[in-house]
Amino acid sequence: MARRPERGATPRRRQTRAEARAQRKALRASRRSEAGAGASLLAGPLLYLFRHRQALTAALQRARGAPLHSVLTSAVVGIALALPAAFALTLDNAERVAGDWQDGAAQISLFLDRDAGPQTLREQAEAAAERAGVAGVEPVTPDAALEEFRAGTDFDAALELLDETPLPPVLVVTADRGLDPGAVAELAESLADDPAVVRMRLDQEWVERLHAIMTLAERALWSIGVLLALAVILVIGNTIRLTIESRRHEIEIVKLIGGGNGFVRRPFLYEGLGYGLTGGLLAWMLTELGRWSLAGPAHRLAATYGTEFTLSGLGPTNGLLLLLGGAVLGVLGAWTAVARHLSAIEPR
Amino acid sequence: MIQFDRVSKRYPRAGQDGLRGVSLEIPQGELVFVTGHSGAGKSTLLRLIPRLERPSGGRVVVAGVDVGQLPRRRIPLLRQRVGVTFQDHRLLADRSVFANVALPLEITGVPRREAARRVRAALDKVGLLHKESSRPEALSGGEQQRVGIARAVVNRPPVLLADEPTGNLDPGLSEEIMQLFSSFVSIGTTVLIASHDLELIERLGHRTLTLRQGELVGDRPPREVA
Ligand SMILES: Nc1ncnc2c1ncn2[C@@H]1O[C@H](COP(=O)(O)OP(=O)(O)O)[C@@H](O)[C@H]1O
Ligand SMILES: [Mg+2]
Repeated sequence: MARRPERGATPRRRQTRAEARAQRKALRASRRSEAGAGASLLAGPLLYLFRHRQALTAALQRARGAPLHSVLTSAVVGIALALPAAFALTLDNAERVAGDWQDGAAQISLFLDRDAGPQTLREQAEAAAERAGVAGVEPVTPDAALEEFRAGTDFDAALELLDETPLPPVLVVTADRGLDPGAVAELAESLADDPAVVRMRLDQEWVERLHAIMTLAERALWSIGVLLALAVILVIGNTIRLTIESRRHEIEIVKLIGGGNGFVRRPFLYEGLGYGLTGGLLAWMLTELGRWSLAGPAHRLAATYGTEFTLSGLGPTNGLLLLLGGAVLGVLGAWTAVARHLSAIEPR
Repeated sequence: MIQFDRVSKRYPRAGQDGLRGVSLEIPQGELVFVTGHSGAGKSTLLRLIPRLERPSGGRVVVAGVDVGQLPRRRIPLLRQRVGVTFQDHRLLADRSVFANVALPLEITGVPRREAARRVRAALDKVGLLHKESSRPEALSGGEQQRVGIARAVVNRPPVLLADEPTGNLDPGLSEEIMQLFSSFVSIGTTVLIASHDLELIERLGHRTLTLRQGELVGDRPPREVA
């Protein structure tokens, strides 16, 4: 098929020689087939590779024959895969943010009496540092707190109006990482019992709540993922079914002249694989596009919290997993169609 | 090579008998005509051989294999070894003549270069080498029939079947096609041709089976040709 030599204009003499050669060869072949040898010249793994290359070529030819159809299917698959991927990414980034907060969240703020001087603050800090379950204590003087407040906001003008520091001295106690939320709460209570402490704040409840929400979101992600995977299988299955319908005549003829199920089936499976892979690739590109378009706003949001934060993408591992997932769903979808519709086509 | 032992074929949906108690034997390398009126069962007889139909009674044995008992997954192997041409050609309209003829080689897994060589040899044999890149619909009926023959023989099957190969060809062309089939006998192929062109069959003088309403009513041996 590849080369098309100018054989049409072969001189007569060469044609007869070719004819004679063909006859000799045919004779040998017919003897060989009587001995039970197949007509195939390839064997074992070579034949296997040959068969798959053949099917791949056929699948590509078909895709080229119906480009719009193929592109649309890949696009639908890509979007269907991009949705759970984007959801997972969002969740992952949220978890990272929450994780950052959580590291500092096992922090107990002890507000001392406004009149307590730096001396008291230091003493209290040393006492708290002795306690079991305390990893570190940071005394924050009202002036230092004010500085920090100024750096983070634009309230300078408002603060100028106050003649004395509005903030109390604070001890920021960091609990041991190993403590569970219950133990942290207990520690906080006992620290607050000290008469020098006016008020205690433990930012823990919202962390727990956040965790519950994350768990819920993860569940939701799974069900959405499963549903969309099913959708991908159905979409690809349906596309392959249409291809089978449009090729019914060809399939009949192939079966008529001895094409086995494998031979007929393989190009369709490759077609499904192709939709899955291109869909997966498209989904990957879509998530990157989303990340790129959100990078600016995310950066600005992080800046208001005084932190550095970049949205993380899928990365090579998860990206390849997405491709693999698409591939598996593609082959599965093709298989559902092939299993139901191919065997129904019998040559007349 | 081919044996029928009291073979009958009943089409369940139509309740029609295609073949009734036909017994016959065709040795290797023989050319046999099957004749009879339209509806006599010629196509049915041929279609039983590559298991395009399954006998409802009796046994069809091809090259020592009981075709009726063949497990499904072995049927393709049988069909690869029985070349068939059809009255309506059954060519793929969206592929070139070359690709149509190459299809059986693609199925059996013959490497490209070797396949190209064999396809050209087969096309040369039927005299259509110069049409290899044409589409089937660009060819005349006789040429399409010859493409079908090239496709049927490209794998060098030991058995070759032809259903009404000269159905709507003029007499000159018909004779040419029949000569082509005869040439395969010389390399040991067993050839079975269904035809109602009695005059031509008579002239060629090969063994002739006659069917009437699904029954074998005549088996005339080959006329000794000088
Ligand atoms: N697929 C089929 N379904 C039902 N009846 C059929 C089918 N094929 C053939 N027949 C019937 O079987 C009989 C023999 O048909 P066929 O073998 O095609 O005859 P011929 O080829 O000699 O014209 C006819 O009566 C025909 O109507
Ligand atoms: Mg017929």
